[in-house]
Amino acid sequence: MPTDRIDIRHVARLARLALTDDEIATFAPQLGSLMTHVDALAQLETENVPATAQVVPSRNVQRADTVRPETILAREAALSNAPQVQGPYFRVPRIIAEEG
Amino acid sequence: MDPFTDSAGAIARAVNARSTSAVEVAEALIPRAERVDAQLGAYLQRTPELMREHARRVDARVASGESLPLAGVPVAIKDNMCLTGTRTTAGSKILEGFVAPYTATAVQRLLDAGALPVGKTNLDEFAMGSSGENSALGLTRNPYDLDRVPGGSSAGSAAAVGGFEATLSLGSDTGGSIREPAAFCNVVGFKPTYGRVSRYGLIAFASSLDQIGPFARSVADAALVYDVIAGKDPLDATSVDRDVEPAAGFLREDLRGVRVGIVKEFALDALDAASRAVYEAAYADLERLGAELVDVTLPTAEYGLATYYLIAPAECSSNLARFDGVRYGLRADGADVGEMYERTRAAGFGPEVKRRILIGTYALSSGYYDAYYLKAQKARTRIAEDFARAFERCDAIVSPAASSPAFRFNAKSDPVTMYLMDYYTIPGSLAGLPSLSVPCGAALPEDGTRPMPMGLQMTTPLFTERALLGYAHAYERATLHAEKLTPVTAVIESSTSLRAPSGNRA
Repeated sequence: MPTDRIDIRHVARLARLALTDDEIATFAPQLGSLMTHVDALAQLETENVPATAQVVPSRNVQRADTVRPETILAREAALSNAPQVQGPYFRVPRIIAEEG
Repeated sequence: MDPFTDSAGAIARAVNARSTSAVEVAEALIPRAERVDAQLGAYLQRTPELMREHARRVDARVASGESLPLAGVPVAIKDNMCLTGTRTTAGSKILEGFVAPYTATAVQRLLDAGALPVGKTNLDEFAMGSSGENSALGLTRNPYDLDRVPGGSSAGSAAAVGGFEATLSLGSDTGGSIREPAAFCNVVGFKPTYGRVSRYGLIAFASSLDQIGPFARSVADAALVYDVIAGKDPLDATSVDRDVEPAAGFLREDLRGVRVGIVKEFALDALDAASRAVYEAAYADLERLGAELVDVTLPTAEYGLATYYLIAPAECSSNLARFDGVRYGLRADGADVGEMYERTRAAGFGPEVKRRILIGTYALSSGYYDAYYLKAQKARTRIAEDFARAFERCDAIVSPAASSPAFRFNAKSDPVTMYLMDYYTIPGSLAGLPSLSVPCGAALPEDGTRPMPMGLQMTTPLFTERALLGYAHAYERATLHAEKLTPVTAVIESSTSLRAPSGNRA
């Protein structure tokens, strides 16, 4: 497969990552070369092989539905690293466009 | 009793016996770490006041009759683990100002056991790298040659222990990030079974692979840490609910009756002559100690790198989505929230992190999931099955820990060349196995002036940490390779008696 097969601008948009033209020029061949390496996997027979999400099996880990105070971050602590707060809230730039 | 060179076990015994105090250990270590770190750059932040505070607390607990397994032992913490009130950066500009509001379970267990926090150590950004060079916040040098990398991603944790700036440290290993830098810095680096140590408070990179483990200057010290940090944690649902077999009291002195597997696919002729000679001697030493060497095969191991470089970036792209400039970390301006996200992440992440986010996003994107992520998860099954089959014929598998000794800065500019450093560590990571690197000698690099340390990797079946540490201990005590090298930083001052006045500068 060609090494420029990744539409890097599209992938960057999906990843919410602004890239400069220089970065695109650098990353495109690097990612292409890595994906070429990864293509070798196609030769590995995996018909009827189950997928491993993690090696040590565990499923449906549950706990009692009770409050565990030690896991609760106080509001003040939760807000302490925020770039911008307003009262007890995280403040962000506008999300919904103003009505014309 | 020497607070710089003594083992963690010896320091704890002295503090518990009150023949010295934790405060004296701290006061000796603090100026030394400052002095040595001016050369090494192992720490992003040292925490002398916190260290003193913990030292006073340890002395009070010992005075009240408690005996603590790590009483007064100086430890360094990789800076992707939270410790309340300390900056916790993951080596990234995006978290440069982040102050942890809680403490990671593994760190808390060390502190509860009496350890003293020297500081937070440098790492490849978000633990993505094999040399330490991907840190956005500092440069860490190899204590055995300052012109060479310490390895990564747990660069500072390996360098701090190798350079005698801490007795122990914690690192995290996703594809080799404890074992490779341990090999480069002449220390023991141990990755327990996946799920054996809580990841609560560890900044996530690839959640199905990440595991916390110790660096130490001996296997016995690594075992001490393991006994303290291993075990179920209700705060990490993936931590395994299974009794921990303590290891520290069960180490062995020989390898009689142990079948050691040599992997056909990891043939030593891939290495240069000097490195090959080191490993040939190591295998011969194992045999001399009573082990029976058996040939085993891991036919899918050659697919390890390809599998890993789909699974780890996929998980990273998902985990790192949380860095969006809203709740913590850097925020760049943007006209709307979408632009703010894109600019924040552009300004906050370095090139390697961006590359991996892009690979992972691509591999998970619509139309490619089956061909890449699902395929890699199936390959992962086959790799784990290969190990299981190999362990029917042997008790442990040995190999080099890294593809070469520590290399010079900027020697590997191509990402795939760098990824190849972890060729030997990645398959075991994918299989979740306990694995460690123990010093096994040194080789003079072609472009070097000093022999550089090397590591022997040992890997055993899931949850057999006690056996693994036992084998490594037998090998280490019979060979004593680590003690044959002296770090360039350490002119370990001759007057290191604890009774000497502290704070004096050389």
